[in-house]
Amino acid sequence: MPLDDHKAGDARQFKVVGTRPLRPDGIDKVTGRARFGADMNAPGMLIGRILRSPHAHARIRGIDTTKAEALPGVKAVVTRADFDAADDSVADIVDNCMAGEKALYDGHAVAAVAATSAAVARKALKLIAVDYEILPHVTDVDEAMKPGAPILHEGLSNETVPDGVSQNVSHRVEFGHGDVDAGFAKADRVLERSFKTAATHQGYIEPHACLATMGADGIADLWVCTQGHYMVRNTCAAILGIDQGKLRVTASEIGGGFGGKTTVFLEPVALALSRKANRPVKMVMTREEVLRATGPTASTSIDVKIGMNKDGKITAASAELRYQGGAYQGSPVDMGAMTAFAPYDLENVKTVGWDVVTNRPKQAAYRAPGAPMAAFAVESVVDELAKGFGLDPLDVRLKNAAREGTKSSYGPTFPAIGLEATLKAAKEHPHWTAPLGPNQGRGVACGFWFNFGGDTCVSLNITPDGTVTLTEGNPDIGGSRASMSMMAAEELGIPYDQVRTVIADTGSLGQNEVTDGSRVTFAVGLATIKAARNAKKVLCERAAMVWGIDPEAVVWEDGCARPAGENAGKFPPMSLKEVAAIAANTGGPIAGHFEVNAEGAGVSFATHMVDTEVDPETGAVKVVRYTVFQDAGKAVHPAYVEGQFQGGAAQGIGWALNEEYIYGKDGRLQNPGFLDYRIPVASDLPMIDTVILEIPNPGHPYGVRGVGETSIVPPLAAIANSVSAAAGVRMTDLPMSPPKVLAAIQKG
Amino acid sequence: MVMVKIWGSLTSATDGQAEVEIEARTLKELLDGLSEKYPAIRPQLERGVSVSIDGRIYNDSWFQPINPDSEVVLLRRIVGG
Repeated sequence: MPLDDHKAGDARQFKVVGTRPLRPDGIDKVTGRARFGADMNAPGMLIGRILRSPHAHARIRGIDTTKAEALPGVKAVVTRADFDAADDSVADIVDNCMAGEKALYDGHAVAAVAATSAAVARKALKLIAVDYEILPHVTDVDEAMKPGAPILHEGLSNETVPDGVSQNVSHRVEFGHGDVDAGFAKADRVLERSFKTAATHQGYIEPHACLATMGADGIADLWVCTQGHYMVRNTCAAILGIDQGKLRVTASEIGGGFGGKTTVFLEPVALALSRKANRPVKMVMTREEVLRATGPTASTSIDVKIGMNKDGKITAASAELRYQGGAYQGSPVDMGAMTAFAPYDLENVKTVGWDVVTNRPKQAAYRAPGAPMAAFAVESVVDELAKGFGLDPLDVRLKNAAREGTKSSYGPTFPAIGLEATLKAAKEHPHWTAPLGPNQGRGVACGFWFNFGGDTCVSLNITPDGTVTLTEGNPDIGGSRASMSMMAAEELGIPYDQVRTVIADTGSLGQNEVTDGSRVTFAVGLATIKAARNAKKVLCERAAMVWGIDPEAVVWEDGCARPAGENAGKFPPMSLKEVAAIAANTGGPIAGHFEVNAEGAGVSFATHMVDTEVDPETGAVKVVRYTVFQDAGKAVHPAYVEGQFQGGAAQGIGWALNEEYIYGKDGRLQNPGFLDYRIPVASDLPMIDTVILEIPNPGHPYGVRGVGETSIVPPLAAIANSVSAAAGVRMTDLPMSPPKVLAAIQKG
Repeated sequence: MVMVKIWGSLTSATDGQAEVEIEARTLKELLDGLSEKYPAIRPQLERGVSVSIDGRIYNDSWFQPINPDSEVVLLRRIVGG
C-alpha cells in the first residue's frame, strides 16, 4: 500500500488538524492523578538501592557482599556476576548499569541491594566492601586525546583511527565535498576560531524509576518511566538472557525525557534483584544519582574555519569536532559533523569528527544529539565574518542558504525544505528591527535536524457506542496523544473528544521504536491515518451489507457511510455510531490497524532570534526577547508545536548561559543537584514567541515534519551571537556564566 | 547499477573512491553489493549505516527500491533524542 499520498500543492482543508483542543493529560498532571514511574507499588515490594563508585577511575579487585546479605531485611544483593547472560550487543550498556572490571566514573554502579525498606537498603550498601585500586583519570576531551593520557579501554580505537592517536579515541569520521584549500584561497577573509562547550544534562524533572516483578518461572513485568518501553523490554531481555515475550513492560506517564530516557540504567538491575529475591523491587533515583550516573550530553572542543567574500558568499568551510561521550564510545560527534554546515549551500566543505572517551558517565541522547554544539561554533564564525564585512547576518545566511536541490554538506541533495522561509520570516518580523537598549545585543542563528521514522504499530478500535480507542506504543513526551486523536478524528470525520489515545504495554502491540528522533507525530501519525483508513473500509463494508450494495459503492464522508453516487441507491447516511451499534450483527468488532517501519521523514530547519542584556559589572546575562521561526511541515496541534519550539529554546538558554558539569581535580562531579547545576526557571525567561512555517513533507499524508529536536539546535549560537554583541567581545566558551562573561569583558 | 556516494573517511574502504558503482535494485542488494565488492567496508556496515535515497533517509528497509538514476548516499547511522 503506498504511504505517500500527499501531493505537494494540494490545499487540503482540515477540520480538526490545525485546531487547539484542550490537552488530554492536563488535568491528570496538575491534580496529581497522573501516575509516573515512582507512583506504582506492589504487595510485598522491596526497595532497591545502588552502591556507586566514589572514584573516577578504579580497578575493582573484589567485592565482598556477605555482611550486606546477612543484614536482616536484605533479600537480594547483585553485582556484575549476576549479569553473565548478557550478549555482546549490549556489552557497554551492561557495563554501564553494573561495573565489571573497572569503575569508570564517579557514580558508576558497582553493586545493588533489595531490602524491606529504604533504610535497611541504605544500611546494607554501607556493609558492602569494595576493594578499589585507584587509577589516574581524565575528564577533559582534549586532555584525553593527548599521548600519555590515562587509558580507559585498551584497544578501543577502530580501523578509522590513525596510528599514534590515543586509545581514548574510538573512531574518526569525515564528511564533505569539493576542495576547501582552493576555496579558502579564493576568500577575501578567512576566519578561524576554537570553541568549547560543557556537558549538560537533559534536566527532566522526573528521576528514573521502575517497579520490577520477576518470578522463578522467568515471567516478568516492569513498570517504568521511559521514552521507549519496547527498547527497555528488548534490552533487558538481552541483558538477562530471557525471551523478549516473557517480559511485559508498561510505560508510566513521563516527566520529561529529551533523549535521556532512551536507554536503561536501573531497569536490568531491578529485574535482576527481583529475580533473585522472588519479590517485586522498586527503584527510584535521587537527583544526585540522575546527574552523576545517567546520560548527559557530550562536552566538546571544536575548531571552525570559514572563508567568505566581502559580498557575503562563503567560499569554503571546515570544522574539526572533538566530542567526549563519557566512559564508553558513542558520543554524537557523527551527527555534529553531519549537521554543522547543513544550513548552507557550499561548494567546498569538510568536517572531521573524533569520538573520545573520558572518565565521565556514559552519554545519552539529548535532543538533536551533537547538533547544537556544532551549530554554536559554525554560526558564531558566520556571524563574526558577516559583521566584519558590515553585512546583515540574515542576508548572509539567505545568500548561502541551502534550498531544494542543494547538495548538503553531509551528502544527500535536499528536497523541498523550509530554511529560506524561516530566514525570510525572521527578516520581516518586528523583532528584527526593534530598538535595542544599553548593553543589549541581538543574535541570530540557524539550525537543522534530520528527524526519522522507525517501527510503528497502531490499533484503532471502535467501541459499541461508537467512540474510538486508539492504541499506540509511544510514551507521550510532547503531546502526541492529542495529535493522534486529532488525526484519527480528522480521518473518521468525528469530533476530537470521541477519540481516546492510550499507550499500550509491550504485550499489546508489535515493536515500536523509541519516542525520539522527533518521530512520533510523523510515524505514529502516519500509522494512525492508515489505521483509520483501514477502519473506514470496514465501516463502509458494514453499511454496504445493510444496504445490500457493493462495498465499492460506499464512501466515508463527514463521519458517515454514504452511497457513492446516485446509481448506488438512495440510502440515508449511516453515522459511525450507527454502524458501531450493529457491529455484532454485521460480522463482529470493527477496527483498523497498521504496522510499518516508517521511513522518509522530512528534515527540519529553524532560525532563532534573541536579544540579551549584559550587566557589565557582574557579567550576568538577561534574555530580553526571543523569537523562534521553524518549519513544522504541518502543525497538527499548533499549541504543542509552539511548546516544542519554546522548550527547545528554554533548554538552549540554560545550556548557553548557566548549565555545566563541573568536575574537581579528583574527577568527582561537584554539582550534582539543581541548586548548583543551574537550569532556567520561569523567572529567568521572557515569553518565547513562535512563528510556525509550513512547508509540507511529501513523505507524510498531511505533510508533517518532526519539530521536537530542531528547536534546540540554534539557541546556543543565537544567544552567543547576542551576548557577544552586547558585551562587545566574541564568546567562544559555553556556558556564558557571569564570571566568564565578566572575564571576557575585562580582557577585551 | 547505481552510483553510491561514500563519506570522506570511509573512502579508505573503497580504494579511495568517493563514488562507487554497485549492482542493486533494493537497499539490501546495495549493502550486500558493497560488502562483497569492498570487504574493508564490512565493519562499518555491521556497526550500522543509514542510507539516503533521493533525499530521504532509510535505516533498515531492505526492500526499499532504488532506481538506476537515484541519488544514493551512505551515511553514519542517525539517532535522535
